[in-house]
Amino acid sequence: MSAPQAWTPATSVPEPQASRDHVVAGLKGTDEGGADLVQLLTPEGLRMADPRFDRFAADVDVPALQALYRDMVLVRRFDREANALQRQGQLGIWVPLLGQEAAQIGAGRAMAPQDMAFPSYREHGVAWARGIDPTELLGIFRGTDNGSWDPIATGFHLYTIVIGNQCLNATGYAMGQKFEGKVGDGPDAEATICFFGDGATSQGDVHEGFVWAAVYDAPVVFYCQNNQWAISEPTERQTRVPLYKRAQGYGFEGIRVDGNDVLACLAVTRWALEECRTGNGPVLIEAFTYRMDAHTTSDDPTRYRLADELELWKLKDPIERVRVNLVREHDVEQDFFDDVQAGSDELAARFRQFCTDMPPPAPDRMFSQVYAEPSPNVEAQREAFLAYHASFEGV
Amino acid sequence: MLREFAMPDVGEGLTEAEVVTWNVAPGDTVVVNQIICEIETAKAAVELPCPYAGTVGALLVEPGQTVAVGAPIIAIESAEAAPAARAPAPTEELGAKIGEAGKDGRVATLVGYGPRPGPAARRPRRSVPVVQESHGHELSGQESGFPEPARGGKGRGVRVGAVPLAKPPVRKLARDLGVDLYALIGTGSDGVITREDVAVHAAGRPTDGSQVAGIPPVTATGAGVRREPIRGVRKATAAAMVTSAFTAPHVTEFLAIDITATMALRDRLRGTRAYAEVKLTPLAFVAKAVCLAARRTPAVNAHWDEAAGEILYYDRVQLGIAVATPRGLIVPKVRDADTLTLHGLATALGELTATARSGRTPPADMAGGTFTITNVGVFGVDTGTPILNPGEAAILAVGAIKPTPWVVDGELAVRTVCQLALSFDHRLVDGEQGSRFLADVGALLADPGLALTW
Repeated sequence: MSAPQAWTPATSVPEPQASRDHVVAGLKGTDEGGADLVQLLTPEGLRMADPRFDRFAADVDVPALQALYRDMVLVRRFDREANALQRQGQLGIWVPLLGQEAAQIGAGRAMAPQDMAFPSYREHGVAWARGIDPTELLGIFRGTDNGSWDPIATGFHLYTIVIGNQCLNATGYAMGQKFEGKVGDGPDAEATICFFGDGATSQGDVHEGFVWAAVYDAPVVFYCQNNQWAISEPTERQTRVPLYKRAQGYGFEGIRVDGNDVLACLAVTRWALEECRTGNGPVLIEAFTYRMDAHTTSDDPTRYRLADELELWKLKDPIERVRVNLVREHDVEQDFFDDVQAGSDELAARFRQFCTDMPPPAPDRMFSQVYAEPSPNVEAQREAFLAYHASFEGV
Repeated sequence: MLREFAMPDVGEGLTEAEVVTWNVAPGDTVVVNQIICEIETAKAAVELPCPYAGTVGALLVEPGQTVAVGAPIIAIESAEAAPAARAPAPTEELGAKIGEAGKDGRVATLVGYGPRPGPAARRPRRSVPVVQESHGHELSGQESGFPEPARGGKGRGVRVGAVPLAKPPVRKLARDLGVDLYALIGTGSDGVITREDVAVHAAGRPTDGSQVAGIPPVTATGAGVRREPIRGVRKATAAAMVTSAFTAPHVTEFLAIDITATMALRDRLRGTRAYAEVKLTPLAFVAKAVCLAARRTPAVNAHWDEAAGEILYYDRVQLGIAVATPRGLIVPKVRDADTLTLHGLATALGELTATARSGRTPPADMAGGTFTITNVGVFGVDTGTPILNPGEAAILAVGAIKPTPWVVDGELAVRTVCQLALSFDHRLVDGEQGSRFLADVGALLADPGLALTW
């Protein structure tokens, strides 16, 4: 024993490797939707029969399915472009929707013109379906405005950044629809749909929204996109029961749909909105999907989740299954896909050009749009601020 | 035209990033959104897509170099024409209040409009006010539009830009360390003073990277010197050590002990079925002894809360273990270590070091420690004077275990001996408490049977 004895024997550095338990726990938490999952299009692109919901997708013919495909490709394309623009210093932050195209396009396209949507901040696909040009989203993420579309004209509320807050707004709006007699069997009956994520379900606002909507029979569809990760918190840290089962406790129906299946999302949301319009609301939909990119551009998911999980979900890609279905079951030619691709590149170029050309807001923006009436206090602050600004060189 | 791409802020409020690798070389043709390089920030490793199509003119940053956000990193010869001169920044909002017609004739509905015709008008970069002893032009508070800060008479003129730019935690650090922010030149973006600036200044070196006057660098460039940028774990370690060394008054005490009995106990336990699957290291015994001894001397498992004017005594021991990894030193924690049995501690230690060495320790596992053990013995070293993990009251260094001549019953014998060194924060641990704790740990290791009596 002449050599000093090490406290811990020197060993070679092991390869970074997740333990078997890690992998199993990760997959168990996020992979399978369970037996109640509504699915019309399998990940392999096979159209499945569903006795309950088929009639809500009966009118989706080949051109309609092609339109859904085009929607998803275009939305993904501008989402990727916005992510790149953030990496190039053109946006302060971006909230990617990669992987959630089907959940958003299916729900967005299920809405009637008179319906109202309350989004969180990731609903770029729903915005697209409501006819809002993607360029209108840019100001929010470039920090030049707070959202520029007209919520009344588009039936799409401004983005809500506070988690779950919009559930209260949506419930109140839906209660208003009911009070004003807009719920009924007529063709112009209205409903509200509220978008939030799995993380928001841990917020008090969402609970309050559920309670109020239930006791007032408010015509609101609570559309929870369970993308498995509330930033770095997995779903199993949010809930003991599958999220859609929570609705039972509040006294309304909850349903889980394959959030990567645009057809199922469309059919189930159509059904749910119809329930609400005719006075059978509220309804909770859990769209079981996956956030394939980071929470935002400021986040690095490799720090808290395993690559295996992402690879698994890539096999369930929402766009690929529609493409396979179109080719195998409907003999759609390559020309169509090339055309969509060209259209998406065109959109991306326009989107990029718009972003880099956006003018900065004038320095007095923060004073000019606060009060309707001039106030001597604000006026004085504005003058002082402009003088301060003028003291810099090159302005 | 030649266009430069500036390092973007890919997170929120990042000040710098390191270029890890370049995927392109000068002369390469690039397209928009082609991945040109990978950068690493304090938050994440990120791939940067190219903003322009064209030919790479030059790479302006070497791999491994850390540059400030906003610094150009690549020049690209693009086919696009040069943009026309920048439009002057509007002095007044072009739009108008909601419902009114603006100067451009549009009736405002809500904020935000489409792009105005013409080229992009990026806001010109402001000049950063540089703090100097005297200024050619000094604005009074009245002129600058802001009230002058009330400051003690240091005989300095009023400075343009009112107060030095620094975030509140940095200001607090400066105050704690007695650093005058006015004496610093910030290295962050727009001249913001960073935590490192304060720490470096407190350590007695100027912030501009030059050496202390009178001590020239050995060699500025050339052979025989390897230059390695300070970043990542090394940078974090440096900041933590400087903060600790200049905040907590350290006292270190030493104790050599005969641990032959502990080693014998270890050999016996290893032969039992319960420990067949566990790697039972002497470190596990030290951890156990620390937890037992901390119960008798709560002051070593405490925290000096300067801001609140309180000392926090913890019920549980969150035991940090300093682990050398390929990326540098990290200190993952064994949670509630005092509730674990020897078997539990041995298991936890094995998992924690394996996780740390593979670089997979989650950030949460590195925070919230209350006591640290550093195992310098693993390097064959006898002892050292460890520096406290910031916020903790004590740290124990354990040296190499060696057969050593030792006096037993008045005769020389060869015994298995090891040295312990305990550093503690003298603000909240007195010599009496520190000495008792160290003696307790030593006594338990010298005679593990004592644990029965506690």
